[in-house]
Amino acid sequence: MPQKTARRAGRRGPRRFTRRDIAVLGVLLGIPVLLDIFIIWGPTLASIGLSFTSWDGIGDIQWVGGKNYENLVDNYPAFWPAVRHNLLWIAFLGLVATPFGLLLAVVIDRGVRFSRFYQSVLYMPVVLSLAVVGFMAQLILGTDQGVVNTILNNQNDPIDWLGNSDINIWMMMLAASWRHTGYVMILYLAGLKSVDPALKEAAQIDGANARQTFFRVVFPTLRPVNVIVGVITVIEALRAFDIVYAVNKGRNGLELLSVLITDNIIGEASRIGFGSAIAVVLLTVSLGFIVTFLVQELRGARDR
Amino acid sequence: MTAHIHTAPPSGTSAPPAGKPAGRSRSRSRSRGRFGVHIFLMAVALGFLAPLLLAVYASLRPYEETAQHGYFSFPKSLSFDYYRQAYSDSGMGKYFTNTLLIAVPAVLVTLFLAAFVAFAVSRLRIRGGMILLMFFTAGNLLPPQVLVTPLYVLFLKIPLPWWMSDSLTLYDSYWAIIIVNIGFQVGFCVFVLSNFMRTLPQEILEAAIVDGAGVWTQFWRITLPLCRPALAALGTLEFTWIYNDFLWALIFISNPDKLPITSSLNNLRGQFFTDYNLLAAGSVLVALPTVLVFLLLQRHFIAGLTLGSSKG
Repeated sequence: MPQKTARRAGRRGPRRFTRRDIAVLGVLLGIPVLLDIFIIWGPTLASIGLSFTSWDGIGDIQWVGGKNYENLVDNYPAFWPAVRHNLLWIAFLGLVATPFGLLLAVVIDRGVRFSRFYQSVLYMPVVLSLAVVGFMAQLILGTDQGVVNTILNNQNDPIDWLGNSDINIWMMMLAASWRHTGYVMILYLAGLKSVDPALKEAAQIDGANARQTFFRVVFPTLRPVNVIVGVITVIEALRAFDIVYAVNKGRNGLELLSVLITDNIIGEASRIGFGSAIAVVLLTVSLGFIVTFLVQELRGARDR
Repeated sequence: MTAHIHTAPPSGTSAPPAGKPAGRSRSRSRSRGRFGVHIFLMAVALGFLAPLLLAVYASLRPYEETAQHGYFSFPKSLSFDYYRQAYSDSGMGKYFTNTLLIAVPAVLVTLFLAAFVAFAVSRLRIRGGMILLMFFTAGNLLPPQVLVTPLYVLFLKIPLPWWMSDSLTLYDSYWAIIIVNIGFQVGFCVFVLSNFMRTLPQEILEAAIVDGAGVWTQFWRITLPLCRPALAALGTLEFTWIYNDFLWALIFISNPDKLPITSSLNNLRGQFFTDYNLLAAGSVLVALPTVLVFLLLQRHFIAGLTLGSSKG
């Protein structure tokens, strides 16, 4: 079917549009394109430009070359912890939350009773705002009456789950995974549904056990879903912001690149050039993954 | 791509995995394994629900009680008082209106614009369509913080007449949030909708072209009605995303009266003392609309998430 339509599309040239059609196309494609340039691509380029300047948002813009980047690397104590936390966040979502979501999808897809109920419950956290999730974390992990400390029965010497800068990042990643797992599960469930059952049967006839069937036959056919899940995992990790901001404004062990950027604009001293330099670091990392994704998409589109 | 056809129509979307395979494997009678799977899933489900249930539980109990016995204890008295207090103390009604003023126009405009771009790319197959698709999709994937600084400066400099914004600039007005949300979400919707539209039979469009229908008629009268399931799915999805948004309002709004509902929780925090049970009630109230939308429109919701991803 796709090939057929493609061929047909090739036969029809652009000449089929009347003048009115072209006007409609121009306006209705023009608005979203301009909007995207105005809201996304223009500011992205501006961020890159501003990262080489020093500016407080009101006075003159001064060109400072790579000085912001030097300061970032050498004189900004929060930078390296933030990079480390972002990388840790990617690793945690990628190695814990995403595989767990896949596992749940596989278990549910094999057919259990009440699968609808399980799906709803596991997906529920995804619809909650991260600000609310951050608050719930305080309720559960708080020092004085928090549930975990109550269960551990250590009121006299409570563990400060969210305040201790060695532990709190792990707690935040757990809370983020709580939301991420359900999302990944739903994506994989849809993917698994579309796998041709004949493939699995053929593998079983050839004597493959359940594990071999999954890893050698089913998982490779899920490649489009894998790509999407991979991108979502990385992007979510780089975007993480609300949850730490809701807990303690992203300080004391919860530094993230996104928080540092926000701090430099709406903080006491608005250092726009410097904030932009951090944004460019974040942009570079994201673009690496986005380009990988687009290449895969393009290849997929060519196959269609 | 075939997956969409199964996923999209509003008939039993998420049920399929339960149906056939369950019957097949029951006849294989591996009941012990079944049992283990249920225990595992039950435990996970309980773990996932626990924080929510706990927040509801805490919100029903007076502060003195939980302060003394902790949140993990048997209740002596339960009441809905905190909900009334949370609603009035935080001025939630006003913030909820603010959120609706932002979310409803943003969702509608996003869907409309995205649907047309998707239509042009995957139905008309205009030249450069693939590039257009990449342009929008990549934009949606950028972390918002990358663009936040220049947008902040830009919005401060754009004047608006007094009848559009009492701050006289785009900054500190609903317009700013609406426009940013549209710009940011169009990418995702274009991606999903163009995948969906590719599954529609081309013949319908060709018949319309033979009948002399222009581009607008092909889009509005012929393609859009066929996209209703996808639009419903995306609509619910986008609504929860914009409802949950926190960052844009934090940066582009300075007047506390204009903040959306996610920021209202901060009003429940005292300067020296915070009643966490009150905050729990507030959180439940804030979360309630999205959870309700999810439970009521679950089918659409899940379809919306999977539309963009599965392409068999």
